[in-house]
Amino acid sequence: MKKTLLSAAIGAAVLGISSAASAATLDDVKAKGFVQCGVNTGLAGFAQPDASGAWKGFDVDYCRAVAAAIFGDADKVKYTPTTAQSRFTALQSGEVDILARNTTWTISRDTALGFNFRYVNYYDGQGFMVPKSLNVKSALELSGAAVCVQSGTTTELNLADYFRTNNLQYNPVVFEKLEEVNAAYQAGRCDVYTTDQSGLYATRLALSNPDEHVILPEIISKEPLAPAVRQGDDKWLDVVTWVGYALVQAEEFGITSANVDEMKNSTNPDIKRFLGTEADTKIGTDLGLTNEWAYNVVKGVGNYGEVFERNIGQGSPLKIARGLNALWSKGGLQFAPPVR
Amino acid sequence: MTDSTVTAPPPKRETKSLIYDPKARSIFFQVLTLVGVVVAVMWIAHNVSSNLARTNTASGYGFLNGRSGFDVGQSLIAYSSDSTYGRAILVGLLNTLLIAVTGIITATIVGFIIGIGRLSKNWLIAKLCMVYVEIFRNIPPLLVIFFWYSGVLAVLPQPRDAIQGPLSTFLSNRGLTFPYPIWGDGASVIPIAFVIAVIGAIGFAVWQKKRQMATGKQLPTGWISAAIIIGLPLLAFLAVGAPLTFDYPVEGRFNLSGGGTIRPEFVALYLALSLYTAAFIAEIIRAGIKGVGKGQTEAAAALGLQPNKTTQLVVVPQAFRIIIPPLTSQYLNLTKNSSLGVAIGFPELFSTGSTSLNQTGQAVEMISIMLAIYLTISILTSLFMNWFNAKMALVER
Amino acid sequence: MSDNTLSYVRADMLGAEPPPISNKSVAGWLQTNLLATPKDVVLTIIALAVLAFTLPGIINWLFIQASWVGSDRSVCATIAQGGIQPDGWKGACWAFVQDRFQQFIFGRYPIDERWRVILVGLMLIVLLVPLLIPKLPHKTINAVLLFVVFPIVAFVLLRGGDFVGLQRVDTPLWGGMMVTLILSFVGIAVSFPFGILLALGRRSNMPIVKMFCVIFIEVIRGVPLVMVLFMANVMLPLFLPVGWTIDNFLRAVVGVALFASAYMAEVIRGGLQAIPKGQAEGADSLGLSYWQKTRLIILPQAIKVVIPGIVNTFIGLFKDTSLVSIIGMFDLLNIIRLNFADTTWITPMTPLTGLVFAGFVFWIFCFGMSRYSAFMERHLDTGHKR
Repeated sequence: MKKTLLSAAIGAAVLGISSAASAATLDDVKAKGFVQCGVNTGLAGFAQPDASGAWKGFDVDYCRAVAAAIFGDADKVKYTPTTAQSRFTALQSGEVDILARNTTWTISRDTALGFNFRYVNYYDGQGFMVPKSLNVKSALELSGAAVCVQSGTTTELNLADYFRTNNLQYNPVVFEKLEEVNAAYQAGRCDVYTTDQSGLYATRLALSNPDEHVILPEIISKEPLAPAVRQGDDKWLDVVTWVGYALVQAEEFGITSANVDEMKNSTNPDIKRFLGTEADTKIGTDLGLTNEWAYNVVKGVGNYGEVFERNIGQGSPLKIARGLNALWSKGGLQFAPPVR
Repeated sequence: MTDSTVTAPPPKRETKSLIYDPKARSIFFQVLTLVGVVVAVMWIAHNVSSNLARTNTASGYGFLNGRSGFDVGQSLIAYSSDSTYGRAILVGLLNTLLIAVTGIITATIVGFIIGIGRLSKNWLIAKLCMVYVEIFRNIPPLLVIFFWYSGVLAVLPQPRDAIQGPLSTFLSNRGLTFPYPIWGDGASVIPIAFVIAVIGAIGFAVWQKKRQMATGKQLPTGWISAAIIIGLPLLAFLAVGAPLTFDYPVEGRFNLSGGGTIRPEFVALYLALSLYTAAFIAEIIRAGIKGVGKGQTEAAAALGLQPNKTTQLVVVPQAFRIIIPPLTSQYLNLTKNSSLGVAIGFPELFSTGSTSLNQTGQAVEMISIMLAIYLTISILTSLFMNWFNAKMALVER
Repeated sequence: MSDNTLSYVRADMLGAEPPPISNKSVAGWLQTNLLATPKDVVLTIIALAVLAFTLPGIINWLFIQASWVGSDRSVCATIAQGGIQPDGWKGACWAFVQDRFQQFIFGRYPIDERWRVILVGLMLIVLLVPLLIPKLPHKTINAVLLFVVFPIVAFVLLRGGDFVGLQRVDTPLWGGMMVTLILSFVGIAVSFPFGILLALGRRSNMPIVKMFCVIFIEVIRGVPLVMVLFMANVMLPLFLPVGWTIDNFLRAVVGVALFASAYMAEVIRGGLQAIPKGQAEGADSLGLSYWQKTRLIILPQAIKVVIPGIVNTFIGLFKDTSLVSIIGMFDLLNIIRLNFADTTWITPMTPLTGLVFAGFVFWIFCFGMSRYSAFMERHLDTGHKR
């Protein structure tokens, strides 16, 4: 008996197979003790392992926030790096619980692919980058250019549509991996580089001479990047959505990871309700979590602004401006429904 | 445990136990295998369907008629983002076949030269050929592709400084741009003339063979056939009034516009696969030629055949029989390796297929289509080469 | 003997004749090997011209102009590109390879834990080398240690985890040469026995078993490895029940091993076909069972015949590990390519240098394997030439 148990354990360890039931993802996650999170194989600022092997980034912090809300411990996450091709089946098959992989929310992904998106963690839009020496001022001058783009993305489709609607000719140079697109642009294989604006800034930084490239003013698409979960599990969708809103709400309240303990003593009823210090509150338990869920999120990863600045904003090499991702009160689109 | 070993009676030889019946055993094992495989397949099918059903994923092949929405860099047939996914896959398939055919031809020629070179009595030539083979055989094809791609991109200039060749051709890191022929009215006569010419040439060859058998006289078949195949379409071309104009490339703001372009991705993939496979073909050719007994060459010399004639009439036909089976698998390898084009963005079958997969999310359907196409290519090639092999083997008496 | 007085027998040996001029002097060697016929003269001149045209450039690039030490891109960039080299400079950037060497070997494996990888590497060498030298004894124990005990120990060491008191390092962090070697090792260790089973199955007289083996072999051989890996990566999760996950790394291993097994099966089938029927019949008449017959009589002979084919399959497998980049893993080739986009080392010369270095490493391994196979072929050649 002991022997079979041992061999089964070894077998499972060697194969790296883990198993769980399916009905309600939240219960499964609680049972297995960690969140399985699908992330990018490596995209600077969004998801990338650092020198010591720990995953870091904007999307990674979102996964950590979910873990913090459920377990009170932001480290209870396991990451599955997914390629552009494998990301959808990874989620469909239940290999991952959340897909936080800079994935654009589109109607066909929401319906035909069987996913659910609700909370947008990053509002992006597609832009163009060209070498300064070409003297291009607007994307409308790009007729006849060779354009580098990553295949299998919404970017590729927007590109085709944009040039078609504006009656421009172009010559697509398409690669599977972002690194290859970068390398090709660097080598002068194409005149124009197109991807999400956040990606453009990141890429420009990685060029040998960033000052010789300009990003054109046109934004040709809406790219709401949103975490995705499987359809048909509303409870899990609620958790994943509200963790996102909690990050935004915390910033709105001015609660940071540094002052969250102090804020617990706040007399502001909104903050009390949010942090679960209000008497007889049921907000957290109704969500299937503890009433301290929002406190744990902020304590674990900080508020939206902190996460943003740390990974992709001024505190990072990418130095992306908040822009559309500023709070609604500051002219942006990040708006959390009331926690009430 | 010990109990049973003590009390068990020694097995009797006469026991007609089914366990010792080879036939029963064989049936038992086969049924076991069959059940195992069937259960596994059903389990997988069940998992797939429940996985897809749970997330309400759409399934079926209907998406192939939908608008693809993406562009591809190089296409042999008309294609735009308005075309369907089905057509995108067809574009990929044609590009795969294009690489396969051009690559196979080049690899065979280069491989033949290198293979013969390794057998050369000239020390320098033999060593150079050996170095070539040893280098290319021991490096991953993917690396060779990257090497050529970065090599091609690094060496060639930007389009504004394009190297201008004869006949309005331009060479830059956007590819080789050349005047693209546009056929006018009546041009359809030319391919018809070509087909007729080929049939004529074959007929001539058959007649020549018969004549040689009867009279022993030879005619220069090769030259005459070539004259027919080139001459007849040319005559037809002139007869319908030379309906040909060219679309010349002109310098645009970014690139040369107009004309036809051979893209660097194609060139890199084509060069890499040809040169890589050539190293293997060279070894096959060498083994084949060495496999022909020395007595054959000596007998040919004793008959007074010149060395060239010995190679042509005695060695090569026999070596062919040794060469064809491994050559087939090299041709197949090259075709399959064309899928590596995805790494440098050449739109072959795997590349357009996985893009379509990614845009539609129809993983099961897309992968089944790609599998079916690759298997069909491989089975057709095998069948053809088996037929060819059997035909060659018949010569043996 | 010395009292032999027959006068017509020479007492002293004749001195050796000098070798024919063509075998001795440099000129003679040139005459026979390079300048035998007018055609050869022309060929030699062409070959020399090719060498004169290419070699100086290559040597110049590889060694003379190459930049050997440095810690960032400036040593490999011209002044115009923001470096220290004169304009028009072209040379290999070995400083880049030196700087990133650790990463090429270990990938993103945590720096403080890299001793574990080195330990596993040493264990591999200690176990592998004695197995490869035919003279050394205890081959069975050695093989069991290498193919059964070593993989388990290596896995535990590399991945770690709380139960052995080591920091857990998940497979997405593995990379570089380490991944290339692990994939090839497991691929070889799995594909060899599996290939033998498939080959036996294909020659079996049980039609159903035979049919499945044929289908498996032909389907795998009919599709590109990229496709197999892609399926393992994209489809496998769909094939399993909800919540089951298989590590990405394991998927690559399975894909590579399955692919190599099918090719191995065909190579071994060739060997099986080359063994005369009399051998099997002799074994049958001795009363050996099927497995005894196969293990003791047929396979040892069959495998010996096809050693070159087997090693070629291993070499193919080793080279094919470079394709795992398709499923987002970073083997040697791809960790090198990943560095091309690194701002610290971005120069026009970096990609070419990296690729040349990767090619060199792959070449050493593959060439070594093919030399070893030639050696084994000679060693095992017991003289039954037909």
